[in-house]
Amino acid sequence: MTSGSRTIRVDTLARVEGEGSLYVKLVGERVADVKLKIYEPPRLFEAFLRGRHFSEAADITARICGICPIAYQMSAVHAIERALGIQIDPAVRLLRRLFYCGEWIESHTLHVYMLHAPDFLGYEDVIGMARDHREVVERALRLKKIGNRIVQLLGGREIHPVSAAVGGFSKVPTRNQLRELASDLEWALTASLETVQWTSNLEFPNFEQDYEFVALRHPDEYPFNEGRLASNRGLDIDAAEYEDHFREMHVKHSNALHSVLRGRGSYLVGPMARFNLNFDKLPAAAQQAAAKAGLQPPVKNPFRSIVIRAVELVFACAEALRVIQEYVPPSAARVVAPNRAGVGQAITEAPRGIIYHRYELDENGLILTAKIVPPTSQNQKRIEDDLREFAAQLVAWPLDEATWKCEQAIRNYDPCISCATHFLKLDVERQ
Amino acid sequence: MSSDQEKSASKAKGKPSKGKPRIAVFKFASCDGCQLSLLDAEDELLAVVGAVEIAYFPEATRAVIKGPYDIGLVEGSVTTHSDAQRIQDVRRQCKTLITIGACATAGGIQALRNWKDVDEFVRVVYATPQYISTLKLSTPIAEHVPVDFELRGCPINKRQLIEIISATLAGRKPNIPTYSVCMECKRKGNVCIAVARGVACLGPVTQAGCGALCPSYDRGCYGCYGPMETPNTNSLTTQFRILGQSNDQISRAFRGFNAWAWQFREASEECQRK
Repeated sequence: MTSGSRTIRVDTLARVEGEGSLYVKLVGERVADVKLKIYEPPRLFEAFLRGRHFSEAADITARICGICPIAYQMSAVHAIERALGIQIDPAVRLLRRLFYCGEWIESHTLHVYMLHAPDFLGYEDVIGMARDHREVVERALRLKKIGNRIVQLLGGREIHPVSAAVGGFSKVPTRNQLRELASDLEWALTASLETVQWTSNLEFPNFEQDYEFVALRHPDEYPFNEGRLASNRGLDIDAAEYEDHFREMHVKHSNALHSVLRGRGSYLVGPMARFNLNFDKLPAAAQQAAAKAGLQPPVKNPFRSIVIRAVELVFACAEALRVIQEYVPPSAARVVAPNRAGVGQAITEAPRGIIYHRYELDENGLILTAKIVPPTSQNQKRIEDDLREFAAQLVAWPLDEATWKCEQAIRNYDPCISCATHFLKLDVERQ
Repeated sequence: MSSDQEKSASKAKGKPSKGKPRIAVFKFASCDGCQLSLLDAEDELLAVVGAVEIAYFPEATRAVIKGPYDIGLVEGSVTTHSDAQRIQDVRRQCKTLITIGACATAGGIQALRNWKDVDEFVRVVYATPQYISTLKLSTPIAEHVPVDFELRGCPINKRQLIEIISATLAGRKPNIPTYSVCMECKRKGNVCIAVARGVACLGPVTQAGCGALCPSYDRGCYGCYGPMETPNTNSLTTQFRILGQSNDQISRAFRGFNAWAWQFREASEECQRK
């Protein structure tokens, strides 16, 4: 190793959703600069939502992300319901939890097996992994399909489902239609437990950070659509107070805004934050699986997030089974949503972490202003902070191996760049 | 596609076999949903990757095999100067170029900027507008390079995607209907929500492919598959007025995910003039 400068650069980050690159500059043993560059073109959603009717917001904002459209739809309808002062039927509330279970199962399975596991096992992709581990990949595909099946049943299709509506759904399923999911979900619960065990046997770099974890917290349940926003450092706020505590910064190297906690800096959202703050709300099966996998909150090694995603798969399958047992259809698919002026905010838990929406409506129900803060723009600064610490461990490594390891560290966050610009490219420079 | 990635790629396990048709997947301004459709084809995915070589697909693999490619799938619209140049290079590398989804075939929802001052839009979203480079228009790929087939939808239908890949590899014409959503809706046995309940539905002017999802879920079609072959938008506009829709509402209906498709564009502009 020379004392000169070297650069790790990845021009097109792979196995992330969207377009970004990484640039790391190493001077001797020191990490001089880290930039997670997001060159995904801006699509300007908050601008063209102005003048649209509130009933269009769920369909339009879903198009920010093809991986987690339900997260956008849920934050949109909850924020607008708050602006309009609407209360939803308890059965609709249950169905929305089931809708989110479907998206979590689909998205977490995609990330655990198809995007992240290949890094741990030394494959470029799941296609190469399937040649040596066919039965593992077949389990993944079946599990993913079951998540998609839930979304299809409730919303017609897995990407940009059509049924989410302010006040409820355009159409709700019958009891029997939901019961038909039971045998698949029983299998999925077993497969998820196997996924926890399988991921817990992977090798994890020795790397821990002192994070501020931010997630929703609800008195009775593991969070999806409701709860107060909490952290391990005393944050405890309502969605309406979000903008008083968080700030979005525009940095030159990114088309995604960086989100920071005012006066405190970067923070972490997503599975690790949810798990650490809500472990007591997980069902017994998920808590036991986590304990067996050696996970005890607070988990501070981001590489272990793959195991936590698997634990959340156990939760999502168990929760989906609970919902289909308890479900009795609502008297109406949705409550009437009359035009009314107002402002409403909502935070829900996307697979990658909290997603904040705020809408200001006029008396005709048209959107005056909209604000959307997706999970990846919130994690973006935290990813850079991780890389600054982690790259220091890699200075003696061959450049190609260090590069791959940095990519893996980014994928700990399952970053969704399409969301963040509504984000990634690796560039390591050594001097 | 940096040289570092190509070098590190050579160290990975599970290398593909040679001699199969090469497929590349490119992304422009989009939500990633249409390319995800390939990974969502859970029943067909292992068969597809057995029949072809995935040569470039950053959402799924860090491996990069240099072009030329037999089939290029392009998702997303052109919204930046660098993307307008990149699509020229993509076209040169691909024997058959197939655009997938409403962004690539019609400019997508981000084409709503095309009627507005984009600089003002940027100022709404970003604190330091001078950091942002973007074009005034969001345009479909076919406005920049010749395209061999346009697969419609927001998102595309994964079965139609498998069909177009299979047809291209077999050298036959793909079986992708261009008639309206009404045909699918009738075949499903749905009661017409426009006639029976007076719901404004874009089904009569929208291309089939989704399986008439919205009417099957008790709501009007919102046109995510774009205009059908020879749509009568004037007649539908008249019908919407009879249902009590205002010009603004009708214009908004056409200005959705395929707003910049010329048939929908003209229909919305016609309403704006009145």
